[in-house]
Amino acid sequence: MEYTIIFLPLIGAIVSGFFGKIIGDRFSEILTSLLVSVSTILSFIIFIDVVTQNYSNNIEIISWITSGDLKVNWSIKIDALSSMMLVVVGIVSSLVHIYSIGYMIHDDSKTRFMSYLSLFTFAMLTLVTSDNFLQLFFGWEGVGLCSYLLIGFWYKKKSANSAAIKAFIVNRVGDFGFALGIFLIFYYFKTLNYSDVFSQVSNFSGMQTSFLGIDLNVITLTCLLLFFGAMGKSAQIFLHTWLPDAMEGPTPVSALIHAATMVTAGVFLVVRCSPMFEHSQFALNFVCIIGMSTALFAATIALVQNDIKRIIAYSTCSQLGYMFFAAGIGAYHVAMFHLFTHAFFKALLFLGSGSVIHSFKKEQDVRQMGGVWRKLPYTWTIMLIGTLALTGFPFLSGYYSKDAIIEFAYLRNSLIGFFAVFIGIFTAVLTSIYSWRLLIKTFHGKYSNNKINIKDIHESPSVMLVPLILLAIGAVFSGFIFRDLFIGHDSGNNFWQDSILFLNPISKDHPPIWLILITPLLVVISIPVSYHLFLKDKKFHYKLVEKYNKNYEFLLNKWYFDEIYNFIFVKNFKKAGLFFWKIGDIKIIDQFGPDGFAKLIKYFSNKAVLFQSGYIYHYALVMLVGFSILLTYLILI
Amino acid sequence: MINIGIGHYLFLAAIIFIIGVVGIFLNRRNVIIILMSIELILLAVNINLVSFSIFTQDLTGQIFTLFILTVAAAEAAIGLAIIVVYYRNKGTIKIEDINSLKG
Repeated sequence: MEYTIIFLPLIGAIVSGFFGKIIGDRFSEILTSLLVSVSTILSFIIFIDVVTQNYSNNIEIISWITSGDLKVNWSIKIDALSSMMLVVVGIVSSLVHIYSIGYMIHDDSKTRFMSYLSLFTFAMLTLVTSDNFLQLFFGWEGVGLCSYLLIGFWYKKKSANSAAIKAFIVNRVGDFGFALGIFLIFYYFKTLNYSDVFSQVSNFSGMQTSFLGIDLNVITLTCLLLFFGAMGKSAQIFLHTWLPDAMEGPTPVSALIHAATMVTAGVFLVVRCSPMFEHSQFALNFVCIIGMSTALFAATIALVQNDIKRIIAYSTCSQLGYMFFAAGIGAYHVAMFHLFTHAFFKALLFLGSGSVIHSFKKEQDVRQMGGVWRKLPYTWTIMLIGTLALTGFPFLSGYYSKDAIIEFAYLRNSLIGFFAVFIGIFTAVLTSIYSWRLLIKTFHGKYSNNKINIKDIHESPSVMLVPLILLAIGAVFSGFIFRDLFIGHDSGNNFWQDSILFLNPISKDHPPIWLILITPLLVVISIPVSYHLFLKDKKFHYKLVEKYNKNYEFLLNKWYFDEIYNFIFVKNFKKAGLFFWKIGDIKIIDQFGPDGFAKLIKYFSNKAVLFQSGYIYHYALVMLVGFSILLTYLILI
Repeated sequence: MINIGIGHYLFLAAIIFIIGVVGIFLNRRNVIIILMSIELILLAVNINLVSFSIFTQDLTGQIFTLFILTVAAAEAAIGLAIIVVYYRNKGTIKIEDINSLKG
């Protein structure tokens, strides 16, 4: 059964990718969707087995690399963590497959698109089911590749191409750290298998090593390097710049890869390595601080953006920050729970915005929308549910997971924990405001699109709406249903077991009542506030913008991260690259190397050609002269 | 009376040889003349062989000469055939015009 889960998407990708022309668009769409859906249903069965019977398994598909000490298998590891990820990836992926049938209806290369989606699903499944770091890295790069291919899917658009390259390069920076981390693990532990590494961690907890001339704890250094990789993949602050640009890809891609699954791989990595992170308080604090800064910083940017997908992208960034700071305060299970619920409501929001974009014929600017909530009732309802779930409106999924993060931060009872509580609540309010702003600007107010007549706006086809409704059900109920399973008091023993290590047992205290109430209260209050701010009293809103023009510009330009990076890295690397290309390569290596030899040979052969006059008597003369010289030589010797 | 010795024969052969060689180089008109010059060179060699064979009282040289003459006849036949074919193709056997070997 495990084999089927992993390989069905791969089969779909291969068939649709290589034989797409033969089998036709419609058949390949149905085939890939069907295979991924079957794989999802099987994942569900496994998940239920894990929950009810504590099923766990480690199947070795093949022995991948055997070289000296290095023994790496390609395997399928099933435990609580991976089975949960299987379900998340499966659900979102299969719904996105089905949704794409409707969304990509006007596109010419549907089979290529479906093939990439399936290939991505395969890579993501290998990532989550790996039992060693190298297979994890394989899946990690596999999803990175698919992300690149899908961001640049509309390869005729220049911006899509550069966004794809940007995503690839920024990820490469993170992956460099990740690869170093894996090398370090192999250097010290002599193995890459999770179980072997994690069982040895406590032996190394006091060991020091020197890195860049600084003495560091081995475990801390390894964790930091691994986390560096996670930062790249999960678009944390400093390495986040690719995520908003990645919105150049088709919207289903954004929902699947850049919201629900791939970007959460970093969180998955940190949680998977919890036995390691638990031994390094410094690394955990670092994770926590990066998570907090990202959550806050991305939320402030999302407040003022105008591209509907970019707003949601920054929101994703911010929610990923939540997950990281949950992991950083040691509440790995809550991080996973938030990952789980986030996958539903964020995929829902993305697919909902895709439906809006589809209705507006590829318009993405929220300033060009508005006033269509009666025309798009289903999409409106769905976006409303997504927004409520994202903001943590009571009893929807986001409420359970986000509040749990804040509560656990409080229960941590440390300085960094309290700080996290503060940032968490503040970010929750910001989240609420920008989400409502998105909804209000998109659906309410005056209709303000000049290109399309409001009569031409119509609801998306049902092949797009059905996946949305299923996701909406997930977004509403997933928090309530799975709360006890994932973050209940005994979840550490009952569900997670070996897959997550808690060095300090989960606190069973109850946070004070004011803390439980404050976040939902603020979130609910911010609904009328944003209604007032963005719809009723626009003058006040404009006045605010005018008064704090500098701050507004600062946020609108995304804290000038792109400009700073452009100034520090891109420009200088471009200069260096140009130098090596124009001077080093062309002027030195080529001129004295291949080009020089070619020129020399051409010169001499041009001279040599003159010997060939074509007249027989010339040849005869030369022959005779040569013969005489030879003869003279032979006689005289 | 001059006493004719081997030197005279060899001198004659050398002169004929040189005429042959020079005939190849200096002739600009006709391929057939080249063929004739080659024959001359061969004859010079034959004269050498015959004279040495007489002066050393050894018949081998003269037998050799007969063989060479046969081969030379065959060679001339083939050469002429080639020239005929060439003339058919190119319409000329002027040496100045035969330069398609040029690189």
